[in-house]
Amino acid sequence: MTQYNRIDGGLIDRSRVLNFSFNGKQMQAHPGDTLASALLANGQKLVGRSFKYHRPRGIFSAGSEEPNAMVQLRSGAYLEPNTKATVVELFEGLSATSQNHRGSLEFDLMAVNDFLAPFLSTGFYYKTFMWPKKFWEKLYEPIIRTSAGLGKLSLQEDPDCYDKGFLHCDLLVIGGGPAGISAALSAGRSGAQVILADEDFIIGGRLNSEVYEIDQMAGSDWVLTAKAELETMDNVRILARTTIYGAYDHGIFGALERCNDHLASTNNKPRQILWRIYSKRSILTAGSTERSIAFGNNDRPGVMLAGSVRTYVNRFGVAPGKQVAIFTNNDDGWRTATDMAAKGVSISAVIDSREIDPRAKISGAGLFLGASVVDTTGRKGIKSITLSNGQTIECDCLAVSGGWNPNVHLSGHQRGRPEWREDIATFVPGKQLPVGMACAGAANGNLTLNSALHDGYDIAGRQMHDLGFEVAKPLTVDAEDESCEITPFWHVKESRKRAWLDLQNDVTVKDIKQSNLEGFRSVEHLKRYTTLGMATDQGKTANILALAIMAECTGKTIPQTGTTIYRPPYTPVPMGAMAGRSRGKDFRPFRLTPSHQWAEQHGAVFVETGNWLRAQWYPRRGETTWRQSVDREVEQTRKSVGICDVTTLGKIDIQGRDAAEFLNKVYVNGFAKLAVGKTRYGLMLREDGIAYDDGTTARLGEHHFVMTTTTANAVLVFRRLEFARQCLWPDLDVHLISITDGWAQYAVAGPNSRGLIRKIADKEYDLSNEAFPFMACKEISICGGTLARLFRISFSGELAYEIAVPTRFGGSLMEILMEAGKEFDVVAYGTEALGVMRIEKGHAAGNELIGQTTALNLGLDRMVSSKKDCIGKVLSQRDALNEEDANRLVGFRPVDRSHQLVAGAHFISKGNQPVMLNDEGWMTSVCFSPTLGHSIGLGFIKRGDQRKGEIVRAVNPIQNSEIEVEIVSPHFVDPEGERLRV
Amino acid sequence: MIIEHPLLGPRDMAEFVYLGDAALINRPDWQDPDAANKYYEYQYLRDNPAGLHRELWYHEQGDRSWLVVTRDTLTHEITNVELARDVAVEEGRSR
Repeated sequence: MTQYNRIDGGLIDRSRVLNFSFNGKQMQAHPGDTLASALLANGQKLVGRSFKYHRPRGIFSAGSEEPNAMVQLRSGAYLEPNTKATVVELFEGLSATSQNHRGSLEFDLMAVNDFLAPFLSTGFYYKTFMWPKKFWEKLYEPIIRTSAGLGKLSLQEDPDCYDKGFLHCDLLVIGGGPAGISAALSAGRSGAQVILADEDFIIGGRLNSEVYEIDQMAGSDWVLTAKAELETMDNVRILARTTIYGAYDHGIFGALERCNDHLASTNNKPRQILWRIYSKRSILTAGSTERSIAFGNNDRPGVMLAGSVRTYVNRFGVAPGKQVAIFTNNDDGWRTATDMAAKGVSISAVIDSREIDPRAKISGAGLFLGASVVDTTGRKGIKSITLSNGQTIECDCLAVSGGWNPNVHLSGHQRGRPEWREDIATFVPGKQLPVGMACAGAANGNLTLNSALHDGYDIAGRQMHDLGFEVAKPLTVDAEDESCEITPFWHVKESRKRAWLDLQNDVTVKDIKQSNLEGFRSVEHLKRYTTLGMATDQGKTANILALAIMAECTGKTIPQTGTTIYRPPYTPVPMGAMAGRSRGKDFRPFRLTPSHQWAEQHGAVFVETGNWLRAQWYPRRGETTWRQSVDREVEQTRKSVGICDVTTLGKIDIQGRDAAEFLNKVYVNGFAKLAVGKTRYGLMLREDGIAYDDGTTARLGEHHFVMTTTTANAVLVFRRLEFARQCLWPDLDVHLISITDGWAQYAVAGPNSRGLIRKIADKEYDLSNEAFPFMACKEISICGGTLARLFRISFSGELAYEIAVPTRFGGSLMEILMEAGKEFDVVAYGTEALGVMRIEKGHAAGNELIGQTTALNLGLDRMVSSKKDCIGKVLSQRDALNEEDANRLVGFRPVDRSHQLVAGAHFISKGNQPVMLNDEGWMTSVCFSPTLGHSIGLGFIKRGDQRKGEIVRAVNPIQNSEIEVEIVSPHFVDPEGERLRV
Repeated sequence: MIIEHPLLGPRDMAEFVYLGDAALINRPDWQDPDAANKYYEYQYLRDNPAGLHRELWYHEQGDRSWLVVTRDTLTHEITNVELARDVAVEEGRSR
């Protein structure tokens, strides 16, 4: 197929040929073409199938408003569905395929839907397929889902990369047509920082599509002159291929720049960039979009918007037909006839719904005034039209103009509503605009060239004045205002056949009428019931037409009927661009502990705890189950010495003359009297009295404390401490800084821990039990002068230390400890062994601090000081939290020691039915205790502290099992705490 | 949204964490005879105005200042930004 629709002229580079394919068919076009203009040049009329009825469809428009020409681009992992052919810039080797058909595009098996249309009327899925009920999920919905739809995803990972960026400007110009260019000139000449963004790959808007002259040169040449001037200004940035898709608070805009979509390969550069633009002022110069007229079978390939036909003729040098008819209700439609006639294209008829004097003489064309198109023929391409007078006229393209709608969308993104203007029969931006925004040119209802140029220039000038810039000299251009008279004409009432409004979602005039009859009176309801304007084109060519018909049905005016709310995005934004670089592991990067590399080398199995990756256990050769490794780590630690990386605990450095008093206010227990060189366990409540977090705080100096928090709450505790410091007790002299990342910290636990620490600590420090007893803390030096902090605290219940060094020494310290510990047969242990030992010792952790438990539940109520205030104090005293039969944390062991406990099991007294009414609590943490040789658990049970020795049932209704358990002390190992103190 | 930080100038809201009503600064006295009721109101009762709202924002990805931001909940217009510490001192919060 050759480019047999190619005619003279246009902004394409005929010296070069680009090869591309459509459905495997090889075609040729030129740089400057879009895929749509290239397909039209090659005579490809049929390009897709409609969403619901699978009707044959062709190219309808020449811009981002396109409802029909949706194609899939590229192949393999690069496959991109639902791309509008009208905005795809052609490149060498581009391959496109049509979508939404079963079988070939020409013979779509699903076209049977078109004959079933009487059964598929609006809202059919709400009314039919109702019974039998269970058929919906299994049968009806899957069938509907596979038969309706658009393109298909590749289901492979997107190989392209995307970026995000931030831009700042004094003035953002949204749209680079005549008004936008003159606005940018005005602000640029004032010296302001200007961003001019346009969705097209060349700026100029309609000036590239028309034959208007400015300053005695072609409009498209004037654009080049203006662009050249703008490019000399350092303060102006032109962003072509960039859609401003949303107007947000405070003058912030979202923009999508398609940097490399027009190239065969992105060469690993970002394919698209999502910009966040901060503007002091913005000017909406987004132009206007043409609307159609509804008449019978107005969706056939070859029925196009008249202005778009002109775009193909003037900009791309393509005649969409050999014999073109024009149907209009306004003067602009006539320009399509005159422009085409001037290029030698045969015009078969001009039909104007108005009884007017002909606006032009077109040789060979029949003029039909006060007439309309009632029906069309030609399934895969229009062949003829039937007029209201019964006459049939042959044509292979019908250009329709129903008037122009200003692109008000962004003016309404902050919920502003557009206003109706009767004289031009369309909506213009309302008065409530996003902060800093003004509208100009066609987007503001100034649809003609000269007025748009001046409007853009003058309004931008006023904005510059507001910002304190010197206003540029007035604009001097020589341009005319073309005639644009219109008499609204929405649909041809004589038409008996279906008349389409929303081409993409297959919504017809009849659907609007039916939804009205069924009681959907609000436009928002109409939209959702009929799905009008809910397709990927958001009804840019359909909505106003539908509103007018809705108004007609209800007997209201169009402004009374109103529009639906405009929301971002203006055109679809790919998820890839939204994600930017935050993909895969970069979406949520891991935090690695200082011993990570060592752990990796020693075969650790890792677990995610929050953002951290921690060693869970260290399997050794011959160990086949995790339990073997964990049991060994626990046994070895309790027998000799073990090491665990606890760097992930939150660490907060607290300093100031009032640091002790501050801690008194955030912990339930007192810290004011804690001696220097001592550490204390502390419990925090939420202000509502529920337990929040716990940890140890060490007093390194009179005015210097180091707090630890749980790993999970590190950020949150720091945030609430800052709140307490700044908002609740602003006059306390206390300062906080997070040192979680600053210090590496290891637990060194077991009877030989002192021996191991002794080996690495410098000689001058006395670490004997007398000099450095349980709960002592001290800054020391190790390995010949390296700063370290030593805490004698224990989570395992053994004689134990935690030793901290600046993070950069953390990796080495792990190696040194393991090397020095060889004589003790030291073992590294992971989070599982850590958990087992804390359950054996009866310490509460995340499973117990669940945001529903109080200090009383945890058995820590005696810690709450009665002598002082603290966060959560007053509300923790509420009666409901202090009832006689409150849950208490206790230990559990199976009566039959061979049984395994299950966390989450609920406790039921013997003889009671296992129902909610008899529920007495639940098991929170369980493990196999290698020390005791059987399963043990912690849990909450009513009055547990008074029920030691009682046997209850642990019921697990999910697995339909239950076992008998005995209530015991939560301290399974060394209840007197003797091992800690040796 | 952009928050005009009193110390750092205009900052994007993405740097902040939102807490809520600035009334949270007015923590009642624990020894007040009516402390239980006052704490109940402090903890659970909030106004939800359509219009100007004084609220607490935390500059977590910045200097860690807590700010009192006066924002119109209908338009998101921000009319005033203060350091919460200054507000707390002004409102007489002390030991």
